[in-house]
Amino acid sequence: MVKQLTVFLENSPGRLARLTRALGDAGVNMRALMVADTAEFGVVRIICDRPGVAKSALEDAGFSVSVTDVIAVAVPDRPGGLADVLEVLGAEDLNVEYAYCFVEPGGSGAVDVFRVERVTDAMRVLHDAGIRTLTADEI
Amino acid sequence: MFQPEYESMQREQLEALQLERLNGLLARVYEHVPTYRAKFDAAGVTPRVSSLDEFAAFPFTVKDDLRAGYPYGMFAVPLRDIVRLHSSSGTTGQVTVVGYTAADLDTWADLMARTIAAAGGTPDDIVQNSYGYGLFTGGLGVHYGAERLGCATIPISGGNTKRQVQVMKDFGTTILACTPSYALLIAETAREMGIDPASLPVKAGVFGAEPWSENTRAEIERQFGMTAIDIYGLSEVLGPGVATECQCKCGLHVNEDHFIIEIVDPETLRPVPEGERGEVVFTTLTKQGIPVVRYRTRDISRIVPGECACGRTSRRLERVTGRSDDMLIIRGVNVFPSQIEQVLLGIPGVAPYYQVVLSRRGSMDHVEVHVEVSPDVSFDEIKTLERLRGRVSAEIASVLAVNISVKLVEPKSIQRSEGKAKRVLDLRAEGSE
Repeated sequence: MVKQLTVFLENSPGRLARLTRALGDAGVNMRALMVADTAEFGVVRIICDRPGVAKSALEDAGFSVSVTDVIAVAVPDRPGGLADVLEVLGAEDLNVEYAYCFVEPGGSGAVDVFRVERVTDAMRVLHDAGIRTLTADEI
Repeated sequence: MFQPEYESMQREQLEALQLERLNGLLARVYEHVPTYRAKFDAAGVTPRVSSLDEFAAFPFTVKDDLRAGYPYGMFAVPLRDIVRLHSSSGTTGQVTVVGYTAADLDTWADLMARTIAAAGGTPDDIVQNSYGYGLFTGGLGVHYGAERLGCATIPISGGNTKRQVQVMKDFGTTILACTPSYALLIAETAREMGIDPASLPVKAGVFGAEPWSENTRAEIERQFGMTAIDIYGLSEVLGPGVATECQCKCGLHVNEDHFIIEIVDPETLRPVPEGERGEVVFTTLTKQGIPVVRYRTRDISRIVPGECACGRTSRRLERVTGRSDDMLIIRGVNVFPSQIEQVLLGIPGVAPYYQVVLSRRGSMDHVEVHVEVSPDVSFDEIKTLERLRGRVSAEIASVLAVNISVKLVEPKSIQRSEGKAKRVLDLRAEGSE
């Protein structure tokens, strides 16, 4: 399981720049950043090296931050690699709320991040299927 | 009660006192204020009545009469007798100036002492007066009332909210006086400072100067663990001290020995039957500096029928939830911002901070309510936020009978007010989007 930060943002110019600058000033290094937007607001999801430091830096800068547990999986770089993982979850009726991926630094494969309704169940199911989830230290 | 001889006077005796004082008032304004003389003459009334019923034939006074007399045209005494000047808050158009004689200030202090006593205040209390001091009547009105009652009075005025919290804690404030929106900001600031507002020694609050809802009251009472009392007044009539709730919280006792209250139909201007809603009209019986005769407040309310359990015999004005000046007409529907507040306070996940933003899109007025997402809502999933927005929108539509678009904004992004909250932001003059 990995800690992901979620920040609620209004859609307004410069807001995302302020957010990333606050993280930069705090010496936080981001692994992944994903913006989900609607017409009026956006939700920014961040995986970084020091979530605790990042959360307080963002809150000091006036942002609203929540921390969510997500699952990170190293997906082999071949056709059907992601599908194998998702089928395991689907077979157990575990719904994926959202997902995104990034490339591991220096690695050959991709890291996929999932938000699943029942995180601990999902972890167990993946483990039973022989799929290894990543810990915070590994990304 | 601070003045039980007046506050619990028998009705018959009270009405006799009103009649006597009314005749004094009519004679004074006819003699000294040309506007009233002209109005009375035009209406064919002489400045003497033999019963309160006859008073219904007298002409009304409106805000424009006071504006036309700006600054001193409506004063009933020479300026040498005036010892204090205040001005209306100017929330709606041009300001008006009101003057007080020494006797007026004396009466005002008594009436505000009644108000604080009605909230449970005694000379043992420590009153933190966070209303703004200055031209606004709220600050000095509460100040002299608290001193008259014998309370230890802290003249902190509005602003510097962290210091407000610190003073409440260190000085042991037992009664807080400010606008209801500022009380909520003080509570929020206390929590940010790591102080639970409920741990503060404050037991009661006297809140007014802006319309507020029952839900806001419940919220303030819950957060501080206090009794929150609604007070009412307007500078044209006196300032705070015209009417106040007692601890029964079932309507605001009008200080009828000093004011005649009438409720009239705003269209026909005829008095409505007792207990029905209409525009609130006040006449100042004892004021010397700038008395008003049948002043139309534009506030909509009614008289609460029956007697109050507290023993005060004065009639009660139902809580004023909106001034017709604050009213917005959105696609033909009358909307008071306080109705929106009432809705928001009932929905978990949104903060009680909102702003109604009016803008122009093409030739159409566009209305949008900006609502703060509460910092403790889990907003990781878009659908949670969309659901929240949908709920706010649906509940506003069901209460107001009009569809208004709702925009969720970041926590703490709506400007906090230290005095009267600015609930409506009108951008229509700034060009189209």
